[in-house]
Amino acid sequence: MSMPAPPMGLLAELTHRCPLQCPYCSNPLELERAAGELDTATWLRVLDEAADLGVLQVHFSGGEPTARRDLPELVRRAAQRQLYSNLITSGVLLDERILAGLVEAGLDHVQLSFQDVETANAERIGGMAGAQAKKLAAAALIQRSGLPLTLNFVIHRQNVENLPAMIALGAELGAQRIEVAHVQYYGWGLVNRDALLPSRAQLDASTAEVEAARLRFKGRMVIDYVVPDYYAERPKACMGGWGRRFINITPAGKALPCHAAETLPGLVFPSVRDESLAAIWQRAPIFERYRGTDWMVEPCRSCERREIDWGGCRCQALALTGDAANADPACALSPHHGAMLTAIAEAAADTSSGFVYRRIGAAAKAEA
Amino acid sequence: MKDDAIPALGRGVKFRFDEIRQNWVLLAPERLFVPDAPAVEILKLVDGSRCLGAIIDDLAARFQAPRDLIARDVTAMLADLAEKGAIRL
Repeated sequence: MSMPAPPMGLLAELTHRCPLQCPYCSNPLELERAAGELDTATWLRVLDEAADLGVLQVHFSGGEPTARRDLPELVRRAAQRQLYSNLITSGVLLDERILAGLVEAGLDHVQLSFQDVETANAERIGGMAGAQAKKLAAAALIQRSGLPLTLNFVIHRQNVENLPAMIALGAELGAQRIEVAHVQYYGWGLVNRDALLPSRAQLDASTAEVEAARLRFKGRMVIDYVVPDYYAERPKACMGGWGRRFINITPAGKALPCHAAETLPGLVFPSVRDESLAAIWQRAPIFERYRGTDWMVEPCRSCERREIDWGGCRCQALALTGDAANADPACALSPHHGAMLTAIAEAAADTSSGFVYRRIGAAAKAEA
Repeated sequence: MKDDAIPALGRGVKFRFDEIRQNWVLLAPERLFVPDAPAVEILKLVDGSRCLGAIIDDLAARFQAPRDLIARDVTAMLADLAEKGAIRL
């Protein structure tokens, strides 16, 4: 097999520590404790190796990445290596001193998440009292610092009605960009699916709202929009294709093709503690496993869209069909597409609003 | 778009040469554009001080092309990037 093209983006999950407990968190159900995290020197090496390999953008994420005291040092190294640095934060730990340190280190952009615009609902979803005021203060600090700001809203049936107010808040806070992302139902999101999955009517209303707002804010504010798979006819090109554009590093140093890949059984996850990023990207079996199209079965194998959506999401295929090599059941051509329709019906029948919050040990308890 | 408009890179947008892939890239918040050769020539002139008219004059002279043709291409390219938030007009 020829050498794969280098990755564009590095997702650096610095820590799983986070004051929030969002029930759709993209972190794995098995959370890493602080003692298992990579040290500063290893992260600095990973950043150097990423730049040498051809990575252009680094996303510092978590958990809450500002919980790491060495974040400014990591941002500085990214800047020195011309890596475009993006901070993905909840904002609840940001203060003037921390932000000034990040600006001075050369941070390029901040993505700040909000769970809702209504304080009580936002703090119920995030599981943290007092979070909303801290987030609003963080937005004002970021705006004053001159850094470009993206507001991120994860939407679902317990906050989707507030979408117009979310977009208005973005404009009010001076965001250059808003990311409106429906919950993706992997990991914690899948555990909480029945309490989160919107109805078809809610999805359609949110799509129409985003389209109208895009026209209204054209040239002033960019609005990105991610839909849930459950009402789709065709799957998303998950991560832009397996091992094609992104490499994800967990807090403990495992290198993954996507942040949920640890759910796949029977695979060995290489560690940046043992191997270079280049060696992992180019040769690790996990990256080779679903790279390209050779691994595909029907209906993907002969599909004319196989190099558009790359078969969709491996983790979703595993979770809903039992085999990660199957077509993503989001695809209407998948023989397992009915699993999506069943899930929609189950979620519609469930009127509860309770969550299994993202906490160490919480998912195991929910399954028991 | 008027000739005296001064285009600039959007807030947080960087235009740099990618040594590994040997091409120019436009890096923006959670986005990345790989401009084609004509767009690269235009973007090299977008420095936040040069006005649109001067950019068009420069390209028309260097590529020995009719000015209105160049103006149309430059305007369309910048409008497209402005809509994506990569350029401020």
